[in-house]
Amino acid sequence: MLSDSDRIFTNLYGQHDWHLAGARARGDWDGTASILARGRDAIIEEMKNSGLRGRGGAGFPTGMKWSFMPKKSDGRPAYLAVNADESEPGTCKDRDILRHDPHKLIEGSLIAGFAMGACAAYIYIRGEFYNEMVVLQTAVDEAYAAGLIGRNACGSSYDFEVYVHRGAGAYICGEETALLESLEGKKGMPRLKPPFPAAVGLYGCPTTVNNVESIAVAPTIMRRGAAWFSALGRPKNAGTKLFCISGHVNKPCNVEEELGIPLRELIDKYAGGVRGGWDNLLAVIPGGASVPLIPREICDTVLMDFDSLREVKSGLGTAAVMVMDKSTDLIRAIARLSQFYKHESCGQCTPCREGTGWMMRVMYRMAEGRAQVSEIDMLEQVTRQVEGHTICALGDAAAWPIQGLIRHFRPLMEARIASYRSQSLPVAAE
Amino acid sequence: MVKLVVDSIEIEVAPGTSVLQACELAGKEIPRFCYHDKLSVAGNCRMCLVELEKSPKPIASCAFPVGEGMIVRTDTPMVRQARRGVMEFLLINHPLDCPICDQGGECDLQDQSFAYGMDHSRYSENKRAVTDKYLGPLVKTIMTRCIQCTRCIRFATEIAGVSELGATGRGESMEIGTYVERALTSELSGNLIDICPVGALTSAPYAFVARSWELAKTDSIDVLEALGTPIRIDTRGPEVLRILPRADDDLNEEWMADKGRFSFDGLKRRRLDRPWVRRDGKLVAATWQDAFGAIAARLRGVDGARIGAVAGDLCDAESMVALKDLLAALGSQNLDCRQDGARLDASRRDFYVFNAGVAGIEEADALLIIGSNPRHESPVLNARIRKRYLAGRFPIGVVGPGAALTYPASFLGDAPSVLTSLHDGSHDFATMLQEAAKPMILLGQGAVARADGAAVLAAAWRLADAVGALKPDWHGFNMLHTAAARVGALDLGFVPGSDGLDLDRMMGGGVDVLWLLGADEFDTGRIGADTFVVYQGHHGDRGAARADVILPGAAYTEKDGTYVNTEGRVQRAWRATFAPGEAREDWRIVRAFSDVIGQTLPYDDIGAVRARLEHVNPVFARVGLKRFGAGDRGGPQGDPAALSADPFVAAIGDYYQTNPISRASLTMAECSRTYAAPRALAAE
Repeated sequence: MLSDSDRIFTNLYGQHDWHLAGARARGDWDGTASILARGRDAIIEEMKNSGLRGRGGAGFPTGMKWSFMPKKSDGRPAYLAVNADESEPGTCKDRDILRHDPHKLIEGSLIAGFAMGACAAYIYIRGEFYNEMVVLQTAVDEAYAAGLIGRNACGSSYDFEVYVHRGAGAYICGEETALLESLEGKKGMPRLKPPFPAAVGLYGCPTTVNNVESIAVAPTIMRRGAAWFSALGRPKNAGTKLFCISGHVNKPCNVEEELGIPLRELIDKYAGGVRGGWDNLLAVIPGGASVPLIPREICDTVLMDFDSLREVKSGLGTAAVMVMDKSTDLIRAIARLSQFYKHESCGQCTPCREGTGWMMRVMYRMAEGRAQVSEIDMLEQVTRQVEGHTICALGDAAAWPIQGLIRHFRPLMEARIASYRSQSLPVAAE
Repeated sequence: MVKLVVDSIEIEVAPGTSVLQACELAGKEIPRFCYHDKLSVAGNCRMCLVELEKSPKPIASCAFPVGEGMIVRTDTPMVRQARRGVMEFLLINHPLDCPICDQGGECDLQDQSFAYGMDHSRYSENKRAVTDKYLGPLVKTIMTRCIQCTRCIRFATEIAGVSELGATGRGESMEIGTYVERALTSELSGNLIDICPVGALTSAPYAFVARSWELAKTDSIDVLEALGTPIRIDTRGPEVLRILPRADDDLNEEWMADKGRFSFDGLKRRRLDRPWVRRDGKLVAATWQDAFGAIAARLRGVDGARIGAVAGDLCDAESMVALKDLLAALGSQNLDCRQDGARLDASRRDFYVFNAGVAGIEEADALLIIGSNPRHESPVLNARIRKRYLAGRFPIGVVGPGAALTYPASFLGDAPSVLTSLHDGSHDFATMLQEAAKPMILLGQGAVARADGAAVLAAAWRLADAVGALKPDWHGFNMLHTAAARVGALDLGFVPGSDGLDLDRMMGGGVDVLWLLGADEFDTGRIGADTFVVYQGHHGDRGAARADVILPGAAYTEKDGTYVNTEGRVQRAWRATFAPGEAREDWRIVRAFSDVIGQTLPYDDIGAVRARLEHVNPVFARVGLKRFGAGDRGGPQGDPAALSADPFVAAIGDYYQTNPISRASLTMAECSRTYAAPRALAAE
């Protein structure tokens, strides 16, 4: 179990002051100038050594991502874009950072921006997070007033601007290139890659897009050292992570824990256990709506980190653990997720535009049982036709939950179809 | 150069080439919907997926740049499966209304479904239906058929330069539209029909008219404007059913203007299909013999100096050379082709053609437009200017009426005196021209069709010379014409001889007999009351109304002809249909009449007429275009100082009503109502 002294987010639950004074009392903005004084390369090296993997879902090593930014400018400015468009169903970790610990994010923006040679950070915040935006903007204003950002940030003679930009409520704008399009004032549609944002990003300039959590942990890593961070967690899955536990548990919560904690321990210790006891557990979606669910047998033993969950054909994603007990209609639950992806597809790529609607319609029929058994295979094939054939990963995200359902609960689907048939026998007159 | 392997064929391509282009170079067909080589890459249809070695997922070949040593496979189970999948997705919400779809038979979706799709559908849910949108009188929409490839949006934004089309909604609900119910304000809107890969955007006038495989196809030239867009005329029996552009990268790329594409219904209305002779003040139907007899009788005893001829805007070179020869045989030098009174100098070819060529626009690095609105005078050429503008670093200045162009341009004033201040360097824009390596001056007919036209012409040439636009390897002096026949007429000398009369002097009784060859674009009221007017042409328009004898001729779709476009490019058109009734090809009419008056012209077939054309001017010997730099920098006649203070006015008022064919067209009338003179809405 993570000891309190190793927690990064010490105001996760908002019981302390989020303003600058409170943040300083918790150690934020302490010696930021001396961190910057280490230089760009040292900061990136430290981040690489820490083994931090991106907290937005894909788990790409953060330090390496920063190192892709051009070392010398060709005349274009460079930007940091912070992805605060947290819209993944079940996920609410960034929200708590934004409203309870905004200064961690702002300080992280400065350090990350400095390390990649960016002149400004754009924090793209989800449109629905109005109150969080007010808090964040206040915190940014405080930081400006205290000379921590802006001209000669923290007295480091480095100029760094921070802008807060509100989205308009589209899930797809959390995809990094769609986020850039939206920032530029265009319709939020993912861009083709290559070129990657580190070469051609916001307004055509080198840009790195990072998740709120990845950025917010950076100052603490800098202060306490890569060795401390990498000692937590498991090899290649270093550090602590915010878990969001929701669903059929006794006490849904957000909690910071080491990566690699057993799922069962996470649920039992922090969320008060599964409603009706562990034996009442049916399945868990371990990483936000986009990853395949895992049935109880796997939940018994699986560890919560990137690689362990990948081994069981699921994923850590945003570490949003959605617990479903035996009262759950799993098929209907996944159908509801399909509806979400159908609603949020940007409509650009054919497979996703057409496939999400198709999958949703078949899923709702499956939930009723109004289908043929052979259609389960067809549905599986359709998910394969969507997966990997689109510009961004929304197509994959729409396909995976259904694949997970079919992989683990096919008998349930067949039984549903059979029961529907038995109830609706043709009437003689027909 | 980059080396890569496509299906075990090793090829070398230029860096920056896309994988799709490389595959095509290797002779592999890659299916696609959203990719169009004249538009930006969207990469959204996912039909062009290919397998790239070491890539776990198939890649969109249209958007993926080639890399050294790449190994690409275009025909593997993975690729076939991906294509089948994408085809299936495209078809699930596409209506199966091919039998009543105007795109049927020439539909990318049909063809590619046949080649790459599945033989059946697994989709058993309800299909999506989409509300049709209003895009104006030319483009019909059946939006349920749309596959959201966004070619139309990219065409409108990039080529046409009007950002009126866009997509609203997302996912399945994504719809193409104009945001508000309003006609698309572009003179290139017909091209949307061509680039739409399915039947979502189709031709409104052609709706339910024919199936593509029933049509006979004839190559021709668009004569409704001076660019001479190469076209294909589709006919069934005696009827022209539609007109499509042919692609020529040096000229029109793949585009065509709406007037040329949609005016053809005018070919069926107000036609002159038999000769008419005026008797007792009224035109009565006559035979050819009567008509020729009436002209011959009137010509008897008339001195050659009292006979004149005016050639119109749509004439082919053959008929003009025949008429010129006839007039010469009658002893007349009173010829003119400049109905608008343009003070053009025919003494040297580079005074009156678009010397740099349309493709040359892309080489230019500064542009000055004088007295012209290219958007109306040649929408396709205008698109080329926009293309050059989009490439960057292209200052554009306009002297003349300020018009809404499709690119930003600095408006320098509408008075001819601006030319003087540009020449002496006192105007800011002069620096832009001087600093350019290849400055371009575009002179429109609005600048020269005026009393001081010769002075403007000379001043423009002097300016071109001063800013370094006249070099051995670059000719930056360019005339944009509005009439398709004009350059050809000037080439063969259809202008007054040494002591001949021009159009103005033929008016008001300047001649006793006036032969109008399709000339309808001048005020026929100025013709003297006693002048005997012969009108030879195809439409009952202004000229025919004033005529004493009408000789029914053939429209451009009904005769083999040679046309010279504004660049000086000699082009051939072929006959697609026969002229109606008694109407005949125009050079044959002149030739037949010459026989009646005993002055038989020495040609019996079109080959001989063309030999005569070559004899008159060797440029007719070579179909095509050869570009020259400026050899002789000596300017045209005219005193550049004699500029008047009158502002330049536009050469074209209503784009959709500029010649007898478009004036007879119901489609063009509808366009004119919609665009040129839109009725105000009640709320406005």
